[in-house]
Amino acid sequence: MEEILSRASKVAEEAEVFTVSSVETPVEFETNRLKHIQTKQSSTIALRIVKDGRIGYATTTRVDDIESLIANAAATAEFGTAARFTLPSLTSYPNIKVFDPDVEKETTEQMAELGQTMIDSLIKHTPELTCEAMVTRIIADVSIINSRGGQASYKQSAFSAFIEGQLIRDTDMLFVGEHWSSCHPLSEPGGIIEEVLRQLEWAQEQASVPTKSLPVIFTPHGVASAFAGPMVAAFSGKTVLDGASPIGNKLGKMVFDKRLSLRDDPTIDYRPGSGLCDDEAVPSEATPLITEGTVSNFYYDLQTAALAKTRSTGNGHRSQGGQPSPSPSAFVVTPGDTTFDDMVHDIKEGLVVEQLMGATQGNILGGDFSGNVLLGYKVEGGQIVGRVKDTMVAGNIYELLKQVAAIGSDTRWVGSFLSTPSIYCPAVSVASK
Amino acid sequence: MVDINTVSHELAEALKGQGADYIEAHLSEGETSHITYRGRQLEAIGRSTATGGNVRALVKGGWGFVSFNDLSELGKKVALAVKQARSVGKEESQLAPVEPAVETVPSTIGEDPTNVSLAEKKQLLDEYNDIICRYPKIQTSMINYSDSQRKTIFLNSAGSHIEQERRDVALRLSAVATSNGEVQQAGISVGGLNDFGAVRGLHSRAEQLARQAVDLLSAPHVKGGEYTVVLDPILAGVFTHEAFGHLSEADFVYENEQLRQIMTLGKTFGEPNLNIVDTATLPGLRGSYKYDDEGVLAAKTYLIREGKLVGRLHSRETAAKMKEAPTGNARAISYRFPPIVRMTNTYIEPRSTSFEDMISEIKEGVYAKNWYGGVTSMEMFTFSAGEAYMIRDGKVAELLRPVVLTGNVFKTLKNIDAIGNDLDMNQGGGCGKGGQSPLPCSNGSPHIRIRNCLVGGR
Repeated sequence: MEEILSRASKVAEEAEVFTVSSVETPVEFETNRLKHIQTKQSSTIALRIVKDGRIGYATTTRVDDIESLIANAAATAEFGTAARFTLPSLTSYPNIKVFDPDVEKETTEQMAELGQTMIDSLIKHTPELTCEAMVTRIIADVSIINSRGGQASYKQSAFSAFIEGQLIRDTDMLFVGEHWSSCHPLSEPGGIIEEVLRQLEWAQEQASVPTKSLPVIFTPHGVASAFAGPMVAAFSGKTVLDGASPIGNKLGKMVFDKRLSLRDDPTIDYRPGSGLCDDEAVPSEATPLITEGTVSNFYYDLQTAALAKTRSTGNGHRSQGGQPSPSPSAFVVTPGDTTFDDMVHDIKEGLVVEQLMGATQGNILGGDFSGNVLLGYKVEGGQIVGRVKDTMVAGNIYELLKQVAAIGSDTRWVGSFLSTPSIYCPAVSVASK
Repeated sequence: MVDINTVSHELAEALKGQGADYIEAHLSEGETSHITYRGRQLEAIGRSTATGGNVRALVKGGWGFVSFNDLSELGKKVALAVKQARSVGKEESQLAPVEPAVETVPSTIGEDPTNVSLAEKKQLLDEYNDIICRYPKIQTSMINYSDSQRKTIFLNSAGSHIEQERRDVALRLSAVATSNGEVQQAGISVGGLNDFGAVRGLHSRAEQLARQAVDLLSAPHVKGGEYTVVLDPILAGVFTHEAFGHLSEADFVYENEQLRQIMTLGKTFGEPNLNIVDTATLPGLRGSYKYDDEGVLAAKTYLIREGKLVGRLHSRETAAKMKEAPTGNARAISYRFPPIVRMTNTYIEPRSTSFEDMISEIKEGVYAKNWYGGVTSMEMFTFSAGEAYMIRDGKVAELLRPVVLTGNVFKTLKNIDAIGNDLDMNQGGGCGKGGQSPLPCSNGSPHIRIRNCLVGGR
């Protein structure tokens, strides 16, 4: 790494070398049976330079071909965008824990057993269920050094368990499932099983809702599928800088219900979205985005922050080997005080949305969502009475979240990115056939 | 620097005598360039090179897979894949028989993107970007361009040694318009195999796009409900891919008794005018190739013929387990993933109805064009139109806000009551499945008309 940095520094004013090496081990089940064990070793070197004031960027998987890496970075710098940032010169970082050596010790046999236990428990409840499952462990080593003397490196572990059950009767198909992740290994899958069994119970009967405006409870999964996409887009410093965010000029203004608070938080120990710094070696911090209904921040990387004349919030992340750009670490919605049962009891006729399909295909930037209810339940007289089909919900998050009926106390992680309670909206447009 | 041709001979030796039922390996080297713009600013430009490979082993029906960047100690990697397969396998391995092939496939090239300089690529994108950005009320643009070249070598324990090369070009142009806190966008995706020409000459489409984003600001929402819907070739292509194509991927079906019954060959899925085809054999389309990632020759496969289900897409394993012929549809997005059953170029064959005739009898309906995306969960599908209009009294009427269409695949296929004469292929999309995205695919159709389609709205 040092060699690349010193050689790159000879052709450019600034240089930054980012390396990530990982071993990922997925254990995969197909149709209720163990099917596939994989080991994926990968290593990437990314070089970012500033040459004649412009950014050049190249990546390679080949440690034996540093020459091309430097030449590619220099070639792109000729056309690159003007660099406005200063690389951080820090060498010490907050102590955020993201590595548990126990993950490395998990054997593929143990992981296979975990998967089989999940599947067996679900089949015991519903024998006709067909399950796919995946248990994965990842160990990654990340290092960043730059020509300003900045330097960070850390090891991260991640462990995840995913299960999806499919129930087919004639041409009627039901999908249930859960995804769990942490930097710790999963000692027992009871919580996952319980969650999927609950979905199966609620979906046992079929029910239908009329085409009209109805009260709707979005469960944590539902919040993830309807609201997360538009929120990620709207709070990106880049969207704001482009003038394309509907809340770009609403900093300090009350835009959402005053019970709603949201932060980006990479500082929680042992979460896969956490880390001591971002992919530009800017220290991690929690960034409040909505504080009691008021827009309080946007999230930034170094370059976007410099263009917007503000500071990086430590959100310069790289996806699939690309250059750092503002992207959230982990969204955390502050829980409210209404239990899920109380929300359901409050509804005469309405809907619980667990999973929306295709919700974020529309005009996300404008806050619109519209999707097919892949998994959702009808509420009648304060009770969940069955699963709905052929039903769509549509709305605009700025209209719906301006005034909510309640924020749930049932907060939980949905996958590795979002922690949220249920959100109860008094009137959402529902169409069914 | 080691090159993959040299390594391939060492690896071919390592595949022998491992005691597995079958072993295959892939080696790959390639380079990718990308250029992105946001608004007036070029946002990022970069170049990546990647070299790597994988080994996949089958023992008693269980699979082991090892992928790597590091081309050393290949024997150990083969042994690990076999060990993993052995710890999974408890049944009998089944693979459809395929003749081993030894071939170097020459790549057929239109305008080679690797011969176009970065300066020229940037000049062309600058022109498109300028057209979008200078349009009144356009707030910003988004442009994503990428091209890649990749050489792959496929080896297996039966003696196959296939070298193939491909170059992909993909471009997405988006325009974002704002007014009074409202934000609307419009976009197109184009692409091609082995031909930079696919992204040239889009100046008037860039202008159309900008106009459309601005027009959407004042367009009304459709009232949600059931309509007669006419789809343009692009959206109908997406419908074919999402709603039906994924169902015909045999890996969803082969070990699922209930799904096998739903997807029984010979069953009626549509009216007699409906033919749906998947083929990787058409030159120049993004889903095309000579051999798939299991070394199986590409084929033209009728999925639906005259309304009846007549075929499906296979890997060697699904073909063997369903006792059908392999179709050459096992594909992996890169050496980091094992091949799985994927579509290639999927389309509805054209018939004779003109667009005018198709809409002439519709009193109130929706004309949906272009696409934002689509997903499916087997039985249910949802896809969204980038552009939509009301149809009133047989004529295309006012522009609508983007609409989302949804429905039950089986009912909707039967509700296709008119198929146009104007087949067009959509080269812009990339398909996602099993964590592997975006895989170059194309899809297409003529205009089609669907009765009783559920449209989401307010």
